[in-house]
Amino acid sequence: MRRPVGNRAVFMVRNKAGEVKVFHNSCSHRGAVVCRKDSGNAKVFQCFYHAWSFDTDGKLVGVPDREAYGDGLDFGALGLRPVARVESYRGFVFLSYDPDIMGLVDYLAGAAEYLDLVVDATGDAEIIRGTNEYAIDANWKLLAENSIDGYHAVPTHDTYFKYLVSLGTDLSGGVAGTAKSLGNGHAVLEYAAPWGRPVAKWEPLFGEDSREEIGRLRADLVDKYGEARARRMADTNRNMLIYPNLVINDIMAITVRTFMPTSADRMEVTAWELAPRDELPQLRQRRLDSFLTFLGPGGFATPDDIEALESCQQGFHSGGLEWNDLSRGMARDPLANDEEQMRAFWRQWNSQVTGGAR
Amino acid sequence: MTALEPAPAVTGVHGVTRADVEDFLYAEAELLDAWELDTWIALFTADCRYVVPCNDTPEGDPTRDLVLIDDNALRLRSRVERLNSRKAHREYPHSTTSHQVSNVRLRPVEGEELPVVAEFTVWRFRGERSTTYVGRYAYRLRVVDGHLRIAAKRATLAMGSLRQVADVAIIL
Ligand code: FES
Ligand SMILES: [Fe+2]
Repeated sequence: MRRPVGNRAVFMVRNKAGEVKVFHNSCSHRGAVVCRKDSGNAKVFQCFYHAWSFDTDGKLVGVPDREAYGDGLDFGALGLRPVARVESYRGFVFLSYDPDIMGLVDYLAGAAEYLDLVVDATGDAEIIRGTNEYAIDANWKLLAENSIDGYHAVPTHDTYFKYLVSLGTDLSGGVAGTAKSLGNGHAVLEYAAPWGRPVAKWEPLFGEDSREEIGRLRADLVDKYGEARARRMADTNRNMLIYPNLVINDIMAITVRTFMPTSADRMEVTAWELAPRDELPQLRQRRLDSFLTFLGPGGFATPDDIEALESCQQGFHSGGLEWNDLSRGMARDPLANDEEQMRAFWRQWNSQVTGGAR
Repeated sequence: MTALEPAPAVTGVHGVTRADVEDFLYAEAELLDAWELDTWIALFTADCRYVVPCNDTPEGDPTRDLVLIDDNALRLRSRVERLNSRKAHREYPHSTTSHQVSNVRLRPVEGEELPVVAEFTVWRFRGERSTTYVGRYAYRLRVVDGHLRIAAKRATLAMGSLRQVADVAIIL
């Protein structure tokens, strides 16, 4: 599997022992890209340029006309270059080009518990086939803000909520909840779900015949995790930002979204849908529908978020405004529609970029 | 106003010619470009489906795979209502679009349905931005009360991703 991370070409492969390896996608001979497909299976990566080949551990295993080098070259040292740091947590693989970065669990800080919550509730999980790959002509930090911005939902996404109501969803329960910083720039909103959640919160839209299945899923969660944690898994939503650029939205469907700046005023967004592997077809259908209507770039909401961020970018470009105002909720315990979670992101960003106070 | 019946009358699905289909698809394109969406949606059958698969999963099956758009009649109606309102911020004010349909080919009739494939190029202009969608349409057409109707429209994008076009806020 290959993709750019932070604008650099890398690829990830499972070696024979099943371990995840991530390499810079560049041949140690003269630099060509060695993995040229976005996904697939390979035991050997053969560079097409002069046909050097590498195994799944990155070891150089084939050099045509090797004798031409005599003893002049140490082939053992000419493997693919691994990315400096790669660690995974609950199936999510993280990488860093900084060899001195802290360990992943320390890095995740309070976000690890929220990842646990999402992964435990999903059980045997898979990423559904079909990727959303779009772009926004705006600074990447605006999407970090937007992904955990509860304040904009009602005014910006009016047409989406109208659509939900037209389907018979009762939104009157509201979205009361809290916002908090999870350390190291990570942050989360957690709030009551006014809509159904295929993990285990039924609503009429799911159909009478899935009521029993959802009840069973819920009882399972209670068995495994106790009443309080199960209720949290089933009945509350989470929008989480893992600093700097991973968003897990556990709402009516679960998104896994990353975004990478390609310049100061453009970012590329990639999003996937996470779901239990063996889900009842009608629950899977609801989950797919929810994702594409709300979270997808052809849906009833995400295009408007894109418009909002591009609009901010154009606005900032006018030069009339030097700073965002993110003070909402500073005078109270922050609610889900306040801005504490964005302050957490910016404090971390500020300390990294300026070395200043957090 | 464009006439409500933009295509010539046809007697049955078997006698339909490529010229009939081309007239029909060009008329559909004209309605989309004129943003006459209430007239446009009347071209669809009550059990219709409008699907746009993800760029990396062109064969995507909306019952199993994530797709970009998967509208039944109800959701298509909501999409049109949204686009007719001032609250579809991405499309208010509307883009100027040009839907160009070509390489129209009729496949053998299946039951009461005529499968049709065509290539499309859809230009979208908004503000200073110009973007282009390129891909293939697969239609399933039926004859209802003497007129062609769309039972299914699937727009498979040829672009490897949506990066250049940002989103699919318009109807392809
Ligand atoms: S650049 Fe890869 S073999 Fe020469
Ligand atoms: Fe939004």
